[in-house]
Amino acid sequence: MTETSDTESRWCGLMKAAQDGDKTAYDRLLREIAPFIRALAMRQHRTPDWIEDAVQEVLLTVHRVRHTYDPNRPFKPWLATITQRRCIDLLRRHGRTSARETSNDTAYETFPDPRANRPMEVYAAKEGLDEAIAGLPEQQREAVELLKLQEMSLKEASDASGRSVGALKVNIHRAIKSLRARLIGERTGGE
Amino acid sequence: MANSTERLIERLVAEAGPVRRLRPPAIRAGLWLTAAGAAIALFVYVFADFGMFFRRASDAKLAIELIATLITGIAATFAAFELSLPDRSARWALLPLPPLAVWIGTSGYSCYRHWLSFGPGGWEIGESANCFVFILSASIPLGVSILILLRRAAPLAPIPVAAASGLSVAAIAAFALQFFHPFDVTFMDLGVHVVAVTIVVFAMPALERLATQRLPRQA
Repeated sequence: MTETSDTESRWCGLMKAAQDGDKTAYDRLLREIAPFIRALAMRQHRTPDWIEDAVQEVLLTVHRVRHTYDPNRPFKPWLATITQRRCIDLLRRHGRTSARETSNDTAYETFPDPRANRPMEVYAAKEGLDEAIAGLPEQQREAVELLKLQEMSLKEASDASGRSVGALKVNIHRAIKSLRARLIGERTGGE
Repeated sequence: MANSTERLIERLVAEAGPVRRLRPPAIRAGLWLTAAGAAIALFVYVFADFGMFFRRASDAKLAIELIATLITGIAATFAAFELSLPDRSARWALLPLPPLAVWIGTSGYSCYRHWLSFGPGGWEIGESANCFVFILSASIPLGVSILILLRRAAPLAPIPVAAASGLSVAAIAAFALQFFHPFDVTFMDLGVHVVAVTIVVFAMPALERLATQRLPRQA
């Protein structure tokens, strides 16, 4: 018996078992057919991302229509037809997308609110932040150090400082509000 | 293998359960035809004017037209069920074409005969409007019932399946119409039949798309 017919009969048996609910057989089948699907998809797609998209689309379709496979018929033609149809669908979808949409590489970095477009350096300026924290009243500075810098829980911070949980909540809230006002004020003042 | 494909396989395996295999398409088509035939036979038995029908049926032309219409419906049904499966040949779509050609040919001949008899009067819409309503009305329950069966196959290429099933229900509805048709097909009548059949054939893909977006039923 040739290797091809071995593969054919093994996949046929695995699919039959998978239809009966054998998850191990199904797992093995999907892992074995993925390279076969990839090889077929490579005939129609060149971009690696598209090829992987096609493989995943085909696997999803195989899962959705697995009840239509007749174990008395060969498995590969069934799988090859699904792959061919899904590759064509994908080509059409990509064709529509590229005809109607334009990629904007800066879209993820630009927002309508100008304050949202501040450079990361503003947030990363450790010295400015240290200075702002140092300028806070004693109780607020203590709340920031324990809860934000040392990342303690409210209970741990309460035990360490001897202040109530409620007082810590009020102080951290006021501290964050003061820091935000000061850092944004510096930013807009400097523009 | 890409990580995302690996994760997808894990997810599919996790949610996979036993599924009920589809019966062979010929059996499913036969079951639908039996059910549709029984419903139509009951309807015809209760409402049809058999006296009128047998008078017209003595005409060999009508007999050929009736048989061609019925065979078109049956062939299109088998084609629709075969085409709904991924690994069946697309050539199944050709199966209903020969009887369809005979059906159109005999209807066209009736038009010609009617035109010779009535002249320009053959263009009046008259009772053809009722034929239009009958074909559309009969196609709705037939179309819904065939879609319920076809959706189980979740066809990958829904348009040929929908077109074949649309032709199937329209032909069967046109066959049933002959039991209530007191006259031969006129030009207007043929036009109305063509419009009604075309509406059914083209409406089916939209219904098909709605119907096939579902996962297989777990056993």
